Amino acid sequence: MSTTYYTEEHEWLSVDGDTATVGITNHAQDQLGDIVFVELPDVDDEVEQGGDTVVVESVKAASDVYAPVSGTITEVNEALGEDPAMVNAGAETTGWLYKMKLSNPAELEELMDLDAYKALID
Amino acid sequence: MKQTPLFELHNSAGAKMGEFAGYSMPLFYPLGVMKEHLHTRASAGLFDISHMVHIEITGKEAAQLIEHACPYDAANQPVGQARYTFFLNQNAGVIDDLIITRLGNERYLIVANAGCAEKDIAHIKGLAEKFESRVEVIPRGFMALQGPKAEAILAKEGFSSQELKFMTGVEPKTGWFLSRTGYTGEDGFEIAMPVDETVSFAEALLAHDEVELIGLGARDSLRLEAGLSLYGQDLDDQTTPHEAGLLWAIPKPLRQGGTFVGAVALAEKIAAGRTRKRVGLRPLGKMPVRAGAKLVNEAGDDVGKVTSGGFGPSFDGPVALGLISLEAADHPLFAEVRGKKIEMEIHPLPFVPHTYKR
Repeated sequence: MSTTYYTEEHEWLSVDGDTATVGITNHAQDQLGDIVFVELPDVDDEVEQGGDTVVVESVKAASDVYAPVSGTITEVNEALGEDPAMVNAGAETTGWLYKMKLSNPAELEELMDLDAYKALID
Repeated sequence: MKQTPLFELHNSAGAKMGEFAGYSMPLFYPLGVMKEHLHTRASAGLFDISHMVHIEITGKEAAQLIEHACPYDAANQPVGQARYTFFLNQNAGVIDDLIITRLGNERYLIVANAGCAEKDIAHIKGLAEKFESRVEVIPRGFMALQGPKAEAILAKEGFSSQELKFMTGVEPKTGWFLSRTGYTGEDGFEIAMPVDETVSFAEALLAHDEVELIGLGARDSLRLEAGLSLYGQDLDDQTTPHEAGLLWAIPKPLRQGGTFVGAVALAEKIAAGRTRKRVGLRPLGKMPVRAGAKLVNEAGDDVGKVTSGGFGPSFDGPVALGLISLEAADHPLFAEVRGKKIEMEIHPLPFVPHTYKR
């Protein structure tokens, strides 16, 4: 059973044990507009909480996506290379960005649950 | 932040607003940049460009004033013709790029960039002191209707424009100005009207199914695909028209000298030859390369920079404009983006063919 967390920077992560799937929220993709390119990290990259990890490019601008927690990248969503608009169509499902192994699960305590995130964007 | 007469209309249309040149402007609407862009090329897009500045020059010596301020023969400009030109500084750098339409024997309309409003007005007022002329800034609503269906829509709204060729303009009624001009590479029009008639005219145009509101995001991707310069990015007061690839806008005899501001420096710089030039660039691959990215050669030497860049929805790939050293043009070029080197191919401009009605 996985638990989903949200950040103030509009990322979500779905945690199952010590692994997590990370993406941007539907609210974030809506703000960015049409996404034309996603620059993903490499598998085995070590990322620190808050560090630049992904760049999402819309028609007009490039936006950084930060790592919600620290860890090691285990898989990236290769399908986004062919079809970056998947992030618009399914930001919180098929448009996930990468999976990671958490190095410091205690960091999760700083993140929001869905209700807190909804309150933030309302 | 300043607001255009269409501010409320943008908000009720669900626009995402942002600051541009001191104005709150629509960046995109619920349709989104990509679809807005493609819609303009396929049908008709309506742009609020009321932030742009309209300056009317009148008087006995109006033509002489324009000829002093701009490098073209304004006295021989036919009434109704619109002209792309510049204000130059003493070093032949571009203060602003402009469209000037001759409205009458002693009347000219200058349409200038919003971001340059203050310096343009000060500049032309300063020059005007030596001429029998009047400089008047006219506040009004200003919209662009661009795309293949624009002519038919305007006809339905009572503006017959079949006689109007690309780069010509008329005053269809008092306080109005209609020209076959634009910033998308498409056939289309720019229409100015009194402030209090702006909203009703926009609503009338939007009542046609073929017309969609288009924000600044798509305005930028459209003009970039069309290879058109944006002042402040591709053009500035350190860049000459020669370097910017815009010498075509200056009549040949005036390139060797004249009495306009910047004439001496321009002739000298043309004679000495330019060391850099503007080019169209296609980033190889799918990653957009944005304005400000450094351009290097194979050895890693700095050879220029990207001045505008993004994704071209009609071109279906990333597109850019850059200013590069002349010798770099014949060798492989790379842009540096977040520590990566992206190969850039010099691409002829425009990226998407113009469809002007000449």
